[in-house]
Amino acid sequence: MTTELALLLAQDGVATGAIYVLVALGIVLLFLVTRIIFVPFGDLVAYASLSLAALQAGQLPGTIWLVAVLAVLAAVFEAAGLLRAGRLNRLPRALALWLVLPLLPAALALGLAGRDIGDAAQVLLTLALILPIGPLLYRIAFRPIADAPVLVLLIVSVVLHFAISGVALLCFGPDGARPRPLTNAVVDVAGMIFPGQALLILAASLIAGVALYVFFTRSLTGRALRATALNRVGARLVGIRPGVAGVVAFLAAGLLAGLSGILIGPVTTLFYDSGFVLGLKAFVGAIIGGLVSWPGAVLGALFVGQLESFTAFYNSAFKEVVVFAVLVPVLILRSLASPAEDDEEAEEL
Amino acid sequence: MTALLSASGVHAGYGHVEAVRGVSLDVPAGGVVTVIGPNGAGKTTLLAALMGLLPATGHVTYDGADLADLDVEDRVAAGLCLVPEKRELFAEMSVADNLLLGAYAHRRDRAGIARGLDDVYARFPRLAERRAQRAGTLSGGERQMLALGRALMSRPRLLMLDEPSLGLAPLIVREIFHIIAGLCETGVAILLVEQNARAALQSATYGYVLEGGEIALHGPASDLLHDPRVSATYLGGDAH
Ligand SMILES: Nc1ncnc2c1ncn2[C@@H]1O[C@H](COP(=O)(O)OP(=O)(O)OP(=O)(O)O)[C@@H](O)[C@H]1O
Ligand SMILES: [Mg+2]
Repeated sequence: MTTELALLLAQDGVATGAIYVLVALGIVLLFLVTRIIFVPFGDLVAYASLSLAALQAGQLPGTIWLVAVLAVLAAVFEAAGLLRAGRLNRLPRALALWLVLPLLPAALALGLAGRDIGDAAQVLLTLALILPIGPLLYRIAFRPIADAPVLVLLIVSVVLHFAISGVALLCFGPDGARPRPLTNAVVDVAGMIFPGQALLILAASLIAGVALYVFFTRSLTGRALRATALNRVGARLVGIRPGVAGVVAFLAAGLLAGLSGILIGPVTTLFYDSGFVLGLKAFVGAIIGGLVSWPGAVLGALFVGQLESFTAFYNSAFKEVVVFAVLVPVLILRSLASPAEDDEEAEEL
Repeated sequence: MTALLSASGVHAGYGHVEAVRGVSLDVPAGGVVTVIGPNGAGKTTLLAALMGLLPATGHVTYDGADLADLDVEDRVAAGLCLVPEKRELFAEMSVADNLLLGAYAHRRDRAGIARGLDDVYARFPRLAERRAQRAGTLSGGERQMLALGRALMSRPRLLMLDEPSLGLAPLIVREIFHIIAGLCETGVAILLVEQNARAALQSATYGYVLEGGEIALHGPASDLLHDPRVSATYLGGDAH
Protein backbone atom coordinates (compact mmCIF):
# COMPACT_ATOMS: atom_id res chain seq x y z
CA MET A 1 0.00 0.00 0.00
CA THR A 2 1.37 3.38 -0.92
CA THR A 3 1.42 6.25 1.54
CA GLU A 4 -0.91 8.18 -0.70
CA LEU A 5 -3.50 5.41 -0.68
CA ALA A 6 -3.17 4.98 3.08
CA LEU A 7 -3.75 8.71 3.56
CA LEU A 8 -6.79 8.55 1.34
CA LEU A 9 -8.23 5.64 3.28
CA ALA A 10 -7.43 7.34 6.57
CA GLN A 11 -9.20 10.47 5.39
CA ASP A 12 -12.23 8.42 4.43
CA GLY A 13 -12.02 6.70 7.81
CA VAL A 14 -12.07 10.02 9.63
CA ALA A 15 -15.19 11.04 7.73
CA THR A 16 -16.90 7.76 8.60
CA GLY A 17 -15.60 7.83 12.17
CA ALA A 18 -16.90 11.34 12.71
CA ILE A 19 -20.40 10.03 11.99
CA TYR A 20 -20.00 7.37 14.64
CA VAL A 21 -18.62 9.91 17.12
CA LEU A 22 -21.90 11.83 17.26
CA VAL A 23 -23.90 8.65 17.77
CA ALA A 24 -21.42 7.21 20.30
CA LEU A 25 -21.58 10.44 22.33
CA GLY A 26 -25.36 10.14 22.50
CA ILE A 27 -25.15 6.53 23.63
CA VAL A 28 -22.58 7.34 26.33
CA LEU A 29 -24.63 10.32 27.50
CA LEU A 30 -27.74 8.21 28.02
CA PHE A 31 -25.84 5.40 29.70
CA LEU A 32 -24.06 7.79 32.07
CA VAL A 33 -27.26 9.41 33.26
CA THR A 34 -29.88 6.66 33.01
CA ARG A 35 -27.89 3.38 32.76
CA ILE A 36 -29.86 2.69 29.58
CA ILE A 37 -28.02 1.32 26.56
CA PHE A 38 -30.30 3.09 24.14
CA VAL A 39 -30.44 0.83 21.08
CA PRO A 40 -33.05 2.98 19.23
CA PHE A 41 -30.60 5.90 19.10
CA GLY A 42 -29.68 4.99 15.52
CA ASP A 43 -33.37 4.85 14.64
CA LEU A 44 -33.78 8.44 15.80
CA VAL A 45 -30.91 9.39 13.49
CA ALA A 46 -32.72 7.70 10.60
CA TYR A 47 -35.97 9.45 11.54
CA ALA A 48 -34.19 12.80 11.47
CA SER A 49 -32.63 12.21 8.09
CA LEU A 50 -35.83 10.88 6.54
CA SER A 51 -37.86 13.72 8.04
CA LEU A 52 -35.58 16.35 6.58
CA ALA A 53 -35.68 14.65 3.21
CA ALA A 54 -39.48 14.58 3.36
CA LEU A 55 -39.67 18.26 4.29
CA GLN A 56 -37.33 19.16 1.44
CA ALA A 57 -39.46 17.13 -0.95
CA GLY A 58 -42.51 19.09 0.19
CA GLN A 59 -44.04 16.09 1.97
CA LEU A 60 -45.37 15.71 5.47
CA PRO A 61 -42.74 13.80 7.53
CA GLY A 62 -44.20 10.60 9.02
CA THR A 63 -42.42 11.39 12.28
CA ILE A 64 -45.45 13.38 13.40
CA TRP A 65 -47.49 10.17 13.70
CA LEU A 66 -44.88 8.55 15.93
CA VAL A 67 -44.77 11.66 18.11
CA ALA A 68 -48.57 11.79 18.28
CA VAL A 69 -48.90 8.16 19.37
CA LEU A 70 -46.13 8.50 21.96
CA ALA A 71 -47.52 11.76 23.35
CA VAL A 72 -50.97 10.23 23.82
CA LEU A 73 -49.46 7.17 25.53
CA ALA A 74 -47.34 9.34 27.81
CA ALA A 75 -50.33 11.49 28.71
CA VAL A 76 -52.35 8.37 29.59
CA PHE A 77 -49.48 7.12 31.78
CA GLU A 78 -49.23 10.46 33.54
CA ALA A 79 -52.97 10.68 34.11
CA ALA A 80 -53.12 7.11 35.45
CA GLY A 81 -50.20 7.79 37.80
CA LEU A 82 -51.75 11.01 39.11
CA LEU A 83 -55.12 9.30 39.55
CA ARG A 84 -53.55 6.50 41.60
CA ALA A 85 -51.67 9.00 43.76
CA GLY A 86 -54.82 11.09 44.19
CA ARG A 87 -53.12 14.18 42.74
CA LEU A 88 -55.48 15.05 39.94
CA ASN A 89 -54.88 18.74 40.65
CA ARG A 90 -51.56 18.32 38.81
CA LEU A 91 -53.23 16.93 35.69
CA PRO A 92 -53.32 20.18 33.65
CA ARG A 93 -49.59 20.70 34.11
CA ALA A 94 -48.85 17.07 33.22
CA LEU A 95 -50.97 17.27 30.08
CA ALA A 96 -49.32 20.52 29.03
CA LEU A 97 -45.86 18.97 29.46
CA TRP A 98 -46.47 15.51 28.04
CA LEU A 99 -49.22 16.04 25.47
CA VAL A 100 -49.34 19.64 24.25
CA LEU A 101 -45.64 20.52 24.29
CA PRO A 102 -44.43 17.43 22.34
CA LEU A 103 -47.21 17.91 19.80
CA LEU A 104 -46.37 21.57 19.06
CA PRO A 105 -43.66 20.82 16.45
CA ALA A 106 -45.86 18.15 14.89
CA ALA A 107 -48.74 20.63 14.66
CA LEU A 108 -46.37 23.17 13.14
CA ALA A 109 -45.23 20.64 10.53
CA LEU A 110 -48.85 19.85 9.74
CA GLY A 111 -49.68 23.53 9.37
CA LEU A 112 -46.68 24.25 7.16
CA ALA A 113 -47.08 21.13 5.02
CA GLY A 114 -46.32 21.67 1.37
CA ARG A 115 -45.13 25.24 1.88
CA ASP A 116 -41.56 26.20 1.11
CA ILE A 117 -40.12 27.49 4.35
CA GLY A 118 -36.46 27.64 3.39
CA ASP A 119 -33.51 25.40 4.25
CA ALA A 120 -32.75 26.72 7.71
CA ALA A 121 -36.36 26.48 8.87
CA GLN A 122 -36.57 22.92 7.54
CA VAL A 123 -33.52 21.93 9.56
CA LEU A 124 -34.90 23.55 12.71
CA LEU A 125 -38.29 21.95 12.22
CA THR A 126 -36.63 18.55 11.81
CA LEU A 127 -34.75 19.02 15.09
CA ALA A 128 -37.94 20.09 16.84
CA LEU A 129 -39.77 17.02 15.52
CA ILE A 130 -37.08 14.60 16.74
CA LEU A 131 -36.56 16.26 20.13
CA PRO A 132 -39.71 14.99 21.92
CA ILE A 133 -39.29 11.33 20.87
CA GLY A 134 -36.52 10.49 23.35
CA PRO A 135 -38.18 11.99 26.47
CA LEU A 136 -41.51 10.41 25.50
CA LEU A 137 -39.95 6.96 25.09
CA TYR A 138 -38.21 7.45 28.43
CA ARG A 139 -41.43 8.44 30.15
CA ILE A 140 -43.39 5.52 28.71
CA ALA A 141 -40.92 2.68 28.77
CA PHE A 142 -38.07 3.45 31.15
CA ARG A 143 -39.22 5.68 34.00
CA PRO A 144 -41.59 3.05 35.43
CA ILE A 145 -38.65 0.61 35.67
CA ALA A 146 -35.85 3.05 36.40
CA ASP A 147 -34.48 0.91 39.25
CA ALA A 148 -34.24 -2.24 37.11
CA PRO A 149 -30.86 -3.81 36.36
CA VAL A 150 -28.96 -2.65 33.27
CA LEU A 151 -29.82 -5.90 31.48
CA VAL A 152 -33.57 -5.37 31.84
CA LEU A 153 -33.23 -1.81 30.59
CA LEU A 154 -31.24 -3.12 27.61
CA ILE A 155 -33.92 -5.67 26.73
CA VAL A 156 -36.63 -3.00 26.84
CA SER A 157 -34.38 -0.86 24.69
CA VAL A 158 -34.07 -3.62 22.06
CA VAL A 159 -37.84 -4.10 22.03
CA LEU A 160 -38.30 -0.35 21.53
CA HIS A 161 -35.89 -0.43 18.62
CA PHE A 162 -37.98 -3.03 16.81
CA ALA A 163 -41.17 -1.13 17.55
CA ILE A 164 -40.01 2.25 16.33
CA SER A 165 -38.14 0.98 13.30
CA GLY A 166 -41.34 -0.87 12.39
CA VAL A 167 -43.24 2.39 12.70
CA ALA A 168 -40.55 4.00 10.53
CA LEU A 169 -41.41 1.55 7.75
CA LEU A 170 -45.05 2.65 8.02
CA CYS A 171 -44.14 6.34 8.14
CA PHE A 172 -41.50 6.52 5.44
CA GLY A 173 -41.88 3.38 3.35
CA PRO A 174 -39.06 1.02 2.36
CA ASP A 175 -37.17 3.51 0.19
CA GLY A 176 -34.25 5.50 1.44
CA ALA A 177 -34.04 9.23 0.98
CA ARG A 178 -31.15 11.62 0.90
CA PRO A 179 -31.63 15.18 2.18
CA ARG A 180 -29.64 17.92 0.51
CA PRO A 181 -26.26 18.68 2.10
CA LEU A 182 -26.03 21.81 4.23
CA THR A 183 -23.03 22.90 2.22
CA ASN A 184 -21.58 21.94 -1.15
CA ALA A 185 -18.27 23.61 -0.47
CA VAL A 186 -15.07 21.64 -0.99
CA VAL A 187 -12.03 22.37 1.13
CA ASP A 188 -8.47 21.67 0.05
CA VAL A 189 -6.19 20.84 2.98
CA ALA A 190 -2.57 20.27 1.97
CA GLY A 191 -3.52 18.62 -1.29
CA MET A 192 -6.29 16.48 0.21
CA ILE A 193 -9.82 17.28 -0.86
CA PHE A 194 -12.43 17.36 1.94
CA PRO A 195 -16.10 17.81 1.18
CA GLY A 196 -17.54 20.60 3.30
CA GLN A 197 -20.27 18.37 4.71
CA ALA A 198 -17.67 15.89 6.07
CA LEU A 199 -15.85 18.76 7.77
CA LEU A 200 -19.15 19.92 9.26
CA ILE A 201 -19.70 16.44 10.71
CA LEU A 202 -16.18 16.36 12.10
CA ALA A 203 -16.54 19.81 13.63
CA ALA A 204 -19.93 18.97 15.14
CA SER A 205 -18.53 15.75 16.63
CA LEU A 206 -15.56 17.44 18.20
CA ILE A 207 -17.60 20.36 19.54
CA ALA A 208 -20.19 18.00 21.00
CA GLY A 209 -17.47 15.84 22.56
CA VAL A 210 -15.70 18.77 24.20
CA ALA A 211 -18.95 20.38 25.34
CA LEU A 212 -20.21 17.18 26.95
CA TYR A 213 -16.85 16.52 28.59
CA VAL A 214 -16.70 20.01 30.08
CA PHE A 215 -20.33 19.95 31.16
CA PHE A 216 -20.11 16.59 32.92
CA THR A 217 -16.75 17.06 34.62
CA ARG A 218 -16.87 20.77 35.47
CA SER A 219 -20.44 21.81 36.22
CA LEU A 220 -22.50 20.92 39.25
CA THR A 221 -25.51 20.16 37.04
CA GLY A 222 -23.42 17.71 35.03
CA ARG A 223 -22.28 15.96 38.18
CA ALA A 224 -25.87 15.87 39.39
CA LEU A 225 -27.00 14.15 36.17
CA ARG A 226 -24.24 11.57 36.60
CA ALA A 227 -25.12 11.10 40.26
CA THR A 228 -28.61 9.86 39.43
CA ALA A 229 -27.11 6.88 37.61
CA LEU A 230 -24.62 6.12 40.40
CA ASN A 231 -27.14 6.19 43.24
CA ARG A 232 -30.76 7.13 42.73
CA VAL A 233 -31.67 7.27 46.41
CA GLY A 234 -28.54 9.25 47.22
CA ALA A 235 -29.39 11.69 44.43
CA ARG A 236 -32.94 12.18 45.70
CA LEU A 237 -31.62 12.77 49.22
CA VAL A 238 -29.60 15.75 48.04
CA GLY A 239 -32.56 17.10 46.06
CA ILE A 240 -31.82 15.87 42.53
CA ARG A 241 -34.87 14.54 40.67
CA PRO A 242 -33.85 11.42 38.74
CA GLY A 243 -36.93 11.68 36.52
CA VAL A 244 -36.01 15.21 35.46
CA ALA A 245 -32.39 14.16 34.96
CA GLY A 246 -33.58 11.39 32.62
CA VAL A 247 -35.70 13.79 30.59
CA VAL A 248 -32.80 16.26 30.31
CA ALA A 249 -30.48 13.48 29.15
CA PHE A 250 -32.98 12.30 26.57
CA LEU A 251 -33.52 15.85 25.31
CA ALA A 252 -29.78 16.33 24.86
CA ALA A 253 -29.47 12.92 23.23
CA GLY A 254 -32.41 13.74 20.96
CA LEU A 255 -30.63 16.90 19.88
CA LEU A 256 -27.51 14.86 19.08
CA ALA A 257 -29.57 12.31 17.15
CA GLY A 258 -31.33 15.05 15.20
CA LEU A 259 -28.03 16.74 14.37
CA SER A 260 -26.51 13.43 13.31
CA GLY A 261 -29.39 12.65 10.99
CA ILE A 262 -29.30 16.09 9.39
CA LEU A 263 -25.52 15.91 8.91
CA ILE A 264 -25.14 12.24 8.00
CA GLY A 265 -28.16 11.80 5.74
CA PRO A 266 -26.66 13.69 2.80
CA VAL A 267 -23.46 11.60 3.01
CA THR A 268 -24.87 8.10 3.34
CA THR A 269 -28.45 7.35 2.32
CA LEU A 270 -30.38 6.18 5.37
CA PHE A 271 -33.31 3.79 5.14
CA TYR A 272 -36.01 3.19 7.74
CA ASP A 273 -33.90 0.38 9.21
CA SER A 274 -30.40 1.84 8.78
CA GLY A 275 -30.30 3.08 12.34
CA PHE A 276 -29.58 -0.26 13.95
CA VAL A 277 -26.23 -1.00 12.31
CA LEU A 278 -25.22 2.65 12.62
CA GLY A 279 -26.00 2.56 16.34
CA LEU A 280 -24.30 -0.79 16.80
CA LYS A 281 -21.05 0.39 15.22
CA ALA A 282 -21.09 3.56 17.30
CA PHE A 283 -21.78 1.40 20.33
CA VAL A 284 -18.71 -0.70 19.52
CA GLY A 285 -16.74 2.54 19.43
CA ALA A 286 -18.20 3.63 22.76
CA ILE A 287 -17.39 0.24 24.33
CA ILE A 288 -13.83 0.39 23.02
CA GLY A 289 -13.61 3.73 24.81
CA GLY A 290 -15.01 2.26 28.01
CA LEU A 291 -18.66 3.37 27.71
CA VAL A 292 -18.37 5.94 30.50
CA SER A 293 -15.62 8.13 29.04
CA TRP A 294 -16.07 11.05 26.64
CA PRO A 295 -12.59 11.08 25.11
CA GLY A 296 -12.84 7.28 25.02
CA ALA A 297 -16.03 7.42 23.00
CA VAL A 298 -14.58 9.91 20.52
CA LEU A 299 -11.39 7.92 20.01
CA GLY A 300 -13.22 4.59 19.92
CA ALA A 301 -15.65 5.82 17.27
CA LEU A 302 -12.83 7.29 15.18
CA PHE A 303 -11.02 3.95 15.47
CA VAL A 304 -14.09 2.11 14.19
CA GLY A 305 -14.16 4.51 11.22
CA GLN A 306 -10.54 3.71 10.38
CA LEU A 307 -11.10 0.00 10.79
CA GLU A 308 -14.06 0.10 8.45
CA SER A 309 -12.32 2.20 5.85
CA PHE A 310 -9.25 -0.05 5.66
CA THR A 311 -11.13 -3.37 5.69
CA ALA A 312 -13.51 -2.04 3.05
CA PHE A 313 -10.50 -1.46 0.83
CA TYR A 314 -9.22 -5.03 1.15
CA ASN A 315 -12.57 -6.76 1.15
CA SER A 316 -15.73 -4.76 1.44
CA ALA A 317 -17.79 -7.85 2.28
CA PHE A 318 -15.91 -8.14 5.57
CA LYS A 319 -16.08 -4.55 6.77
CA GLU A 320 -18.93 -5.17 9.20
CA VAL A 321 -17.58 -8.51 10.39
CA VAL A 322 -14.23 -6.99 11.29
CA VAL A 323 -15.77 -4.09 13.22
CA PHE A 324 -17.88 -6.39 15.36
CA ALA A 325 -15.20 -9.08 15.69
CA VAL A 326 -12.68 -6.56 17.00
CA LEU A 327 -14.91 -6.07 20.03
CA VAL A 328 -13.88 -9.43 21.48
CA PRO A 329 -10.12 -8.83 21.72
CA VAL A 330 -10.76 -5.26 22.86
CA LEU A 331 -12.97 -6.43 25.72
CA ILE A 332 -10.40 -9.07 26.72
CA LEU A 333 -7.65 -6.46 26.73
CA ARG A 334 -9.76 -4.07 28.78
CA SER A 335 -10.64 -6.68 31.37
CA LEU A 336 -6.98 -7.66 31.64
CA ALA A 337 -6.01 -4.04 32.14
CA SER A 338 -8.39 -3.38 35.05
CA PRO A 339 -10.24 -6.45 36.28
CA ALA A 340 -11.16 -5.11 39.72
CA GLU A 341 -12.51 -1.86 38.35
CA ASP A 342 -14.85 -3.61 35.93
CA ASP A 343 -16.30 -5.90 38.58
CA GLU A 344 -17.05 -3.03 40.90
CA GLU A 345 -18.70 -1.04 38.17
CA ALA A 346 -20.89 -3.93 37.08
CA GLU A 347 -22.09 -4.26 40.63
CA GLU A 348 -22.97 -0.63 41.05
CA LEU A 349 -24.50 0.22 37.74
CA MET B 1 -40.88 25.29 72.41
CA THR B 2 -42.95 24.76 69.27
CA ALA B 3 -42.28 21.61 67.32
CA LEU B 4 -40.32 21.93 64.06
CA LEU B 5 -41.46 18.48 63.02
CA SER B 6 -44.63 16.99 64.37
CA ALA B 7 -45.88 13.55 63.35
CA SER B 8 -49.10 11.97 64.46
CA GLY B 9 -50.49 8.55 63.67
CA VAL B 10 -47.91 7.71 61.01
CA HIS B 11 -48.30 4.32 59.34
CA ALA B 12 -45.74 3.08 56.81
CA GLY B 13 -44.53 -0.21 55.44
CA TYR B 14 -43.63 -2.33 52.46
CA GLY B 15 -46.58 -3.64 50.48
CA HIS B 16 -48.73 -5.53 52.93
CA VAL B 17 -46.15 -5.51 55.71
CA GLU B 18 -46.79 -2.60 58.05
CA ALA B 19 -43.52 -1.79 59.80
CA VAL B 20 -44.56 1.49 61.48
CA ARG B 21 -47.97 1.57 63.11
CA GLY B 22 -49.41 4.79 64.38
CA VAL B 23 -46.27 6.56 65.52
CA SER B 24 -46.51 10.11 66.86
CA LEU B 25 -43.50 12.19 67.76
CA ASP B 26 -42.32 15.79 68.02
CA VAL B 27 -38.96 17.35 67.33
CA PRO B 28 -38.58 20.90 68.70
CA ALA B 29 -36.59 23.46 66.72
CA GLY B 30 -32.94 23.17 67.66
CA GLY B 31 -33.55 20.16 69.88
CA VAL B 32 -32.06 16.66 69.82
CA VAL B 33 -34.59 13.84 69.93
CA THR B 34 -33.67 10.18 69.81
CA VAL B 35 -35.55 7.06 68.77
CA ILE B 36 -34.18 3.82 70.17
CA GLY B 37 -35.42 0.29 69.78
CA PRO B 38 -34.45 -3.27 68.92
CA ASN B 39 -33.52 -4.48 65.44
CA GLY B 40 -36.49 -4.55 63.13
CA ALA B 41 -38.52 -2.19 65.30
CA GLY B 42 -39.18 0.07 62.31
CA LYS B 43 -36.77 2.93 63.05
CA THR B 44 -35.30 3.08 59.56
CA THR B 45 -38.79 2.75 58.09
CA LEU B 46 -39.99 5.65 60.22
CA LEU B 47 -37.20 7.95 59.01
CA ALA B 48 -37.75 6.90 55.37
CA ALA B 49 -41.46 7.72 55.75
CA LEU B 50 -40.74 11.12 57.30
CA MET B 51 -38.35 11.87 54.43
CA GLY B 52 -40.93 10.86 51.82
CA LEU B 53 -38.97 7.88 50.51
CA LEU B 54 -41.81 5.55 51.44
CA PRO B 55 -45.54 6.09 51.04
CA ALA B 56 -47.04 6.78 54.44
CA THR B 57 -50.37 7.72 55.98
CA GLY B 58 -50.89 9.93 58.98
CA HIS B 59 -50.31 13.58 59.56
CA VAL B 60 -46.85 15.14 59.48
CA THR B 61 -46.21 18.86 59.72
CA TYR B 62 -42.85 20.52 59.30
CA ASP B 63 -42.41 24.14 60.23
CA GLY B 64 -46.19 24.38 60.49
CA ALA B 65 -46.86 23.13 56.94
CA ASP B 66 -48.33 19.80 55.90
CA LEU B 67 -45.68 17.51 54.37
CA ALA B 68 -48.12 15.32 52.42
CA ASP B 69 -47.81 17.31 49.20
CA LEU B 70 -44.02 17.54 49.25
CA ASP B 71 -41.87 14.85 47.67
CA VAL B 72 -38.36 13.97 48.82
CA GLU B 73 -36.69 16.67 46.74
CA ASP B 74 -39.06 19.37 48.00
CA ARG B 75 -38.39 18.31 51.58
CA VAL B 76 -34.63 18.57 51.01
CA ALA B 77 -35.12 22.07 49.66
CA ALA B 78 -37.16 22.90 52.76
CA GLY B 79 -34.27 21.91 55.03
CA LEU B 80 -35.21 18.36 55.92
CA CYS B 81 -32.24 16.05 55.52
CA LEU B 82 -31.71 12.33 56.05
CA VAL B 83 -28.39 10.55 56.53
CA PRO B 84 -29.61 7.04 55.74
CA GLU B 85 -28.47 3.80 57.32
CA LYS B 86 -26.86 2.77 54.02
CA ARG B 87 -25.24 6.22 53.55
CA GLU B 88 -26.08 6.22 49.79
CA LEU B 89 -22.89 8.02 48.75
CA PHE B 90 -21.78 8.41 45.14
CA ALA B 91 -19.06 5.78 45.31
CA GLU B 92 -17.56 6.50 41.88
CA MET B 93 -17.14 10.20 42.61
CA SER B 94 -14.54 12.03 44.64
CA VAL B 95 -15.10 13.18 48.21
CA ALA B 96 -15.21 16.79 47.00
CA ASP B 97 -17.84 16.01 44.34
CA ASN B 98 -19.99 14.19 46.89
CA LEU B 99 -19.88 17.24 49.13
CA LEU B 100 -20.64 19.63 46.27
CA LEU B 101 -23.65 17.57 45.29
CA GLY B 102 -24.86 17.85 48.86
CA ALA B 103 -25.38 21.55 48.11
CA TYR B 104 -27.41 20.82 44.96
CA ALA B 105 -30.54 22.34 46.49
CA HIS B 106 -28.68 25.68 46.71
CA ARG B 107 -26.76 25.31 43.47
CA ARG B 108 -27.16 28.96 42.46
CA ASP B 109 -25.48 30.28 45.60
CA ARG B 110 -21.86 29.67 44.61
CA ALA B 111 -20.32 31.74 47.38
CA GLY B 112 -22.48 29.97 49.93
CA ILE B 113 -21.39 26.58 48.59
CA ALA B 114 -17.72 27.53 48.88
CA ARG B 115 -18.28 28.67 52.47
CA GLY B 116 -20.16 25.47 53.28
CA LEU B 117 -17.32 23.41 51.87
CA ASP B 118 -14.75 25.23 54.03
CA ASP B 119 -17.01 24.67 57.02
CA VAL B 120 -17.27 20.94 56.41
CA TYR B 121 -13.52 20.62 55.87
CA ALA B 122 -12.92 22.48 59.11
CA ARG B 123 -15.28 20.17 60.95
CA PHE B 124 -13.87 17.01 59.31
CA PRO B 125 -10.16 17.57 58.60
CA ARG B 126 -9.98 13.93 57.50
CA LEU B 127 -12.25 14.71 54.54
CA ALA B 128 -10.10 17.66 53.53
CA GLU B 129 -7.07 15.35 53.35
CA ARG B 130 -8.99 12.94 51.15
CA ARG B 131 -10.94 15.37 48.99
CA ALA B 132 -9.71 13.86 45.71
CA GLN B 133 -10.18 10.24 46.78
CA ARG B 134 -13.08 8.20 45.43
CA ALA B 135 -15.84 7.92 48.03
CA GLY B 136 -16.07 4.17 47.44
CA THR B 137 -12.56 3.67 48.74
CA LEU B 138 -13.06 5.46 52.08
CA SER B 139 -13.02 3.59 55.39
CA GLY B 140 -16.28 3.09 57.27
CA GLY B 141 -15.66 6.01 59.61
CA GLU B 142 -14.60 8.31 56.82
CA ARG B 143 -17.66 7.29 54.86
CA GLN B 144 -19.85 8.23 57.79
CA MET B 145 -18.10 11.60 58.04
CA LEU B 146 -18.67 12.13 54.34
CA ALA B 147 -22.36 11.27 54.71
CA LEU B 148 -22.64 13.79 57.54
CA GLY B 149 -20.65 16.36 55.61
CA ARG B 150 -22.79 15.92 52.51
CA ALA B 151 -25.90 16.36 54.66
CA LEU B 152 -24.51 19.56 56.19
CA MET B 153 -23.86 20.97 52.71
CA SER B 154 -27.63 21.00 52.17
CA ARG B 155 -27.96 23.45 55.10
CA PRO B 156 -30.47 21.34 57.03
CA ARG B 157 -32.80 22.70 59.68
CA LEU B 158 -33.72 19.18 60.72
CA LEU B 159 -31.10 16.46 60.38
CA MET B 160 -32.29 12.87 60.65
CA LEU B 161 -29.45 10.49 61.42
CA ASP B 162 -29.95 6.74 61.04
CA GLU B 163 -27.42 4.92 63.24
CA PRO B 164 -24.49 7.28 62.71
CA SER B 165 -22.29 5.06 64.88
CA LEU B 166 -23.06 1.84 63.01
CA GLY B 167 -19.99 -0.36 62.65
CA LEU B 168 -17.55 2.21 63.97
CA ALA B 169 -14.77 1.78 66.53
CA PRO B 170 -15.51 3.25 70.01
CA LEU B 171 -13.08 6.11 69.51
CA ILE B 172 -14.74 7.16 66.26
CA VAL B 173 -18.18 6.73 67.82
CA ARG B 174 -17.17 9.25 70.48
CA GLU B 175 -15.91 11.57 67.75
CA ILE B 176 -19.22 11.27 65.86
CA PHE B 177 -21.26 12.03 68.99
CA HIS B 178 -18.97 14.95 69.71
CA ILE B 179 -19.71 16.26 66.23
CA ILE B 180 -23.44 15.78 66.76
CA ALA B 181 -23.25 17.82 69.97
CA GLY B 182 -21.38 20.51 68.04
CA LEU B 183 -24.04 20.52 65.33
CA CYS B 184 -26.91 21.11 67.67
CA GLU B 185 -25.08 24.12 69.05
CA THR B 186 -25.40 25.66 65.59
CA GLY B 187 -29.18 25.45 65.91
CA VAL B 188 -29.84 22.38 63.76
CA ALA B 189 -32.58 20.14 65.11
CA ILE B 190 -31.60 16.47 65.17
CA LEU B 191 -33.67 13.30 65.09
CA LEU B 192 -31.26 10.55 66.05
CA VAL B 193 -31.88 6.83 65.58
CA GLU B 194 -29.37 4.70 67.43
CA GLN B 195 -28.54 1.20 68.64
CA ASN B 196 -26.09 2.77 71.04
CA ALA B 197 -28.92 3.75 73.40
CA ARG B 198 -26.81 5.14 76.22
CA ALA B 199 -24.85 7.52 74.04
CA ALA B 200 -28.01 8.53 72.22
CA LEU B 201 -29.94 9.27 75.41
CA GLN B 202 -26.99 11.18 76.83
CA SER B 203 -26.83 13.53 73.85
CA ALA B 204 -30.61 13.93 73.44
CA THR B 205 -33.14 15.97 75.36
CA TYR B 206 -36.10 13.72 74.63
CA GLY B 207 -36.38 10.06 73.71
CA TYR B 208 -38.81 7.58 72.19
CA VAL B 209 -38.61 3.80 72.46
CA LEU B 210 -39.94 2.07 69.36
CA GLU B 211 -40.93 -1.58 69.63
CA GLY B 212 -42.71 -3.60 66.97
CA GLY B 213 -43.53 -0.48 64.99
CA GLU B 214 -45.18 1.32 67.92
CA ILE B 215 -43.97 3.80 70.51
CA ALA B 216 -43.66 1.77 73.70
CA LEU B 217 -42.31 4.52 75.89
CA HIS B 218 -41.28 8.15 75.69
CA GLY B 219 -40.10 10.90 77.92
CA PRO B 220 -37.21 13.26 78.68
CA ALA B 221 -33.95 11.53 77.84
CA SER B 222 -32.62 11.79 81.39
CA ASP B 223 -35.73 10.03 82.72
CA LEU B 224 -35.41 7.25 80.15
CA LEU B 225 -31.76 6.77 81.08
CA HIS B 226 -32.88 5.89 84.60
CA ASP B 227 -36.05 4.05 83.68
CA PRO B 228 -35.70 0.40 84.74
CA ARG B 229 -37.48 -0.89 81.62
CA VAL B 230 -35.08 0.96 79.35
CA SER B 231 -31.95 0.10 81.28
CA ALA B 232 -32.88 -3.60 81.43
CA THR B 233 -33.44 -3.93 77.69
CA TYR B 234 -31.28 -1.29 76.06
CA LEU B 235 -28.57 -0.25 78.44
CA GLY B 236 -27.44 -3.73 79.50
CA GLY B 237 -29.03 -3.34 82.97
CA ASP B 238 -26.17 -1.32 84.45
CA ALA B 239 -27.69 2.12 84.49
CA HIS B 240 -26.60 2.86 88.00
N1 LIG C 1 -37.73 -3.36 51.76
C1 LIG C 1 -38.42 -4.05 52.69
N2 LIG C 1 -39.39 -4.92 52.31
C2 LIG C 1 -40.11 -5.63 53.23
N3 LIG C 1 -39.93 -5.52 54.53
C3 LIG C 1 -38.99 -4.68 54.99
C4 LIG C 1 -38.19 -3.89 54.08
N4 LIG C 1 -37.34 -3.16 54.81
C5 LIG C 1 -37.59 -3.45 56.11
N5 LIG C 1 -38.58 -4.36 56.22
C6 LIG C 1 -39.14 -4.91 57.45
O1 LIG C 1 -39.68 -3.84 58.21
C7 LIG C 1 -39.40 -4.01 59.58
C8 LIG C 1 -38.74 -2.76 60.14
O2 LIG C 1 -37.48 -2.60 59.50
P1 LIG C 1 -36.53 -1.37 59.81
O3 LIG C 1 -35.38 -1.43 58.86
O4 LIG C 1 -37.34 -0.14 59.82
O5 LIG C 1 -36.03 -1.70 61.28
P2 LIG C 1 -34.96 -0.92 62.17
O6 LIG C 1 -35.65 -0.56 63.42
O7 LIG C 1 -34.32 0.14 61.41
O8 LIG C 1 -33.93 -2.10 62.47
P3 LIG C 1 -32.33 -2.02 62.65
O9 LIG C 1 -32.09 -1.57 64.03
O10 LIG C 1 -31.91 -3.44 62.46
O11 LIG C 1 -31.82 -1.11 61.62
C9 LIG C 1 -38.54 -5.25 59.69
O12 LIG C 1 -39.35 -6.33 60.14
C10 LIG C 1 -38.04 -5.49 58.31
O13 LIG C 1 -37.90 -6.86 58.06
MG1 LIG D 1 -32.44 0.54 60.77
